[in-house]
Amino acid sequence: MSLTETMGTARQARAVRATRAPQHRPRFSRARGAEALWGYALIAPTGLGLAVFYLWPVVQTAYLSFTHAGPFGGGNTWTGLANYRELLADSEVRQALLNTLEYTGLGLAGIPIAVVFAALLCRPGMQGVSVYRTLFFLPVVTTPVAVAMIWRWLYNGDFGIINYLLSLVGVAGPHWIADPRTALYAMVVVGIWMSLGYNLVILMAGIQAIPKHYYEAAAIDGAGFVAQFLRITVPLLSPSIFFVSVVSVIGSLQLFDLVYVLVGGAGQSARTNPAFSRTETIVYLFYDKAFQTNDKGYAAAVAMVLLLLIVALTAAQFRLQRRWVHYA
Amino acid sequence: MRRPGLLATHAALSLGALAMVGPFIWQLLTSLKTLPHATRVPPTIVPDGRWSNYTQVFHLLPFGHQFLNTAAMTAARTAGQLVFCSMAGYAFARLRFPGRGALFAVFLSVLMVPPQLFIIPQYEIIARLGWLNSLAALIVPGLFSAFGTFLLRQFFLGLPAELDEAARLDGANPLRIWWSVMLPLARPGLVALGILTILWSWNDFFWPLVVNNDPQKMTLSAGLASLQGQFMTDYPVLMAGSLLAALPVIAVFVVMQRQFVEGIAFTGSKA
Repeated sequence: MSLTETMGTARQARAVRATRAPQHRPRFSRARGAEALWGYALIAPTGLGLAVFYLWPVVQTAYLSFTHAGPFGGGNTWTGLANYRELLADSEVRQALLNTLEYTGLGLAGIPIAVVFAALLCRPGMQGVSVYRTLFFLPVVTTPVAVAMIWRWLYNGDFGIINYLLSLVGVAGPHWIADPRTALYAMVVVGIWMSLGYNLVILMAGIQAIPKHYYEAAAIDGAGFVAQFLRITVPLLSPSIFFVSVVSVIGSLQLFDLVYVLVGGAGQSARTNPAFSRTETIVYLFYDKAFQTNDKGYAAAVAMVLLLLIVALTAAQFRLQRRWVHYA
Repeated sequence: MRRPGLLATHAALSLGALAMVGPFIWQLLTSLKTLPHATRVPPTIVPDGRWSNYTQVFHLLPFGHQFLNTAAMTAARTAGQLVFCSMAGYAFARLRFPGRGALFAVFLSVLMVPPQLFIIPQYEIIARLGWLNSLAALIVPGLFSAFGTFLLRQFFLGLPAELDEAARLDGANPLRIWWSVMLPLARPGLVALGILTILWSWNDFFWPLVVNNDPQKMTLSAGLASLQGQFMTDYPVLMAGSLLAALPVIAVFVVMQRQFVEGIAFTGSKA
């Protein structure tokens, strides 16, 4: 059936509905039974795939977190809360949690930067907006592993361009990603750099949705760019700002790729980096336990802690939003 | 209208843009230098056209295989999600059946859970099927997406109901309506989902790293990361490799910029 034909029948359908309304369908008609069967059939592929590869695995992970794997792939034995008790006493877990939380908190600094850039790009009369947007968006589409490689080179202590530029102003830069004092902050910078373009696009869409007459009225009252930015853009943009902060926190809590490539791979080779303990995140720890040391039960418990953390921090953000997010 | 204030705005934005692009430019320049040249202090900018760094990548890694693996994974996941998610999204948006709301809520619940909660059991399923180190391992779990279903359902809800009702009065069954009426109308939504799936699949790292550790079967991300340790100091070659690995998605982005940006903005507006 062609589209124009369908459009034609669409008009008929509207006419039919107009004359016959209100329509009462019989509750258990054959047509309705057939429709239901079609409904189940159409959701079946995704539904079964999600059940097998996503929903049931969550249940299994929860179960695994209460077990300990037998030797040589033997059966799992139920150990109750043992994994969780071990986890609470594990200083590596505590350090990974602290690192992850610090990375997540500092990463939020990228949002005000994105808000300012978005506001600048949305100024009336701006030219070249799409060029800027393309350039800011480049890191978003670049493979994170490649991004991490590039920054490894920029951060190189001996030959890196960053330390060379610092030396021009008389500063001796550290070995950024191999120095426990700087490694985490070096990752924060890369994280902000990578996500700026994504935040920018979301925030620009938010600013474009703000009615123009607010700005016109403010301009008539003599408000300049800064006043307009603080009094109109930021408050009216707060739902979008809230959205990007939630996305940012959830993403930061799952940081893995950057740690893996910047710090130096898996297992023992990563641990030779003196900054390792300051850069290990929860998901890296999960990877290490699940696929390097093969402690699946313990790794499952780590994953459950991550879930708890995400739920808690997201819920906290939703509670706090009442204080600062304005829905027009 | 040109105002003096815009000049300062351009200055600030240019500075930001330089910070975004500078690392890529330095990557490109380094990729064309010899190692002694790249590690010279103070550094010099002009490269010496050492294109052999790019061929060197193919000697260190089965780069061609890894490229094809990544392309096949990306293509299959994207095609699968477009078909399956649009079917499910259409059913949730338009068909009435008992338990629809509850099933949809179950789909959505998958969105709330971080992937680390699926990965160990997924790995065990793949291992039991004997699929480790295969294309199937890279593709199959990625064929199903709660996000894609949600995105397309929202899109279908925004289309006028008269069109598919008319097709139904003409006696077309839902499968036919989905294929001949809904899919052509849903092109912008399909493009948005397609682009996001291409981006996420090509750049996926954790899952391919875990299931395929045979270099011939790895994806580009995992292959590139495996250069660590042994070759981690040959920065010009690493820059060449990471540039080649990222180039295809960057190319798709440059060609389809508007759709990329709209797709990303769409996820923001639907969340």
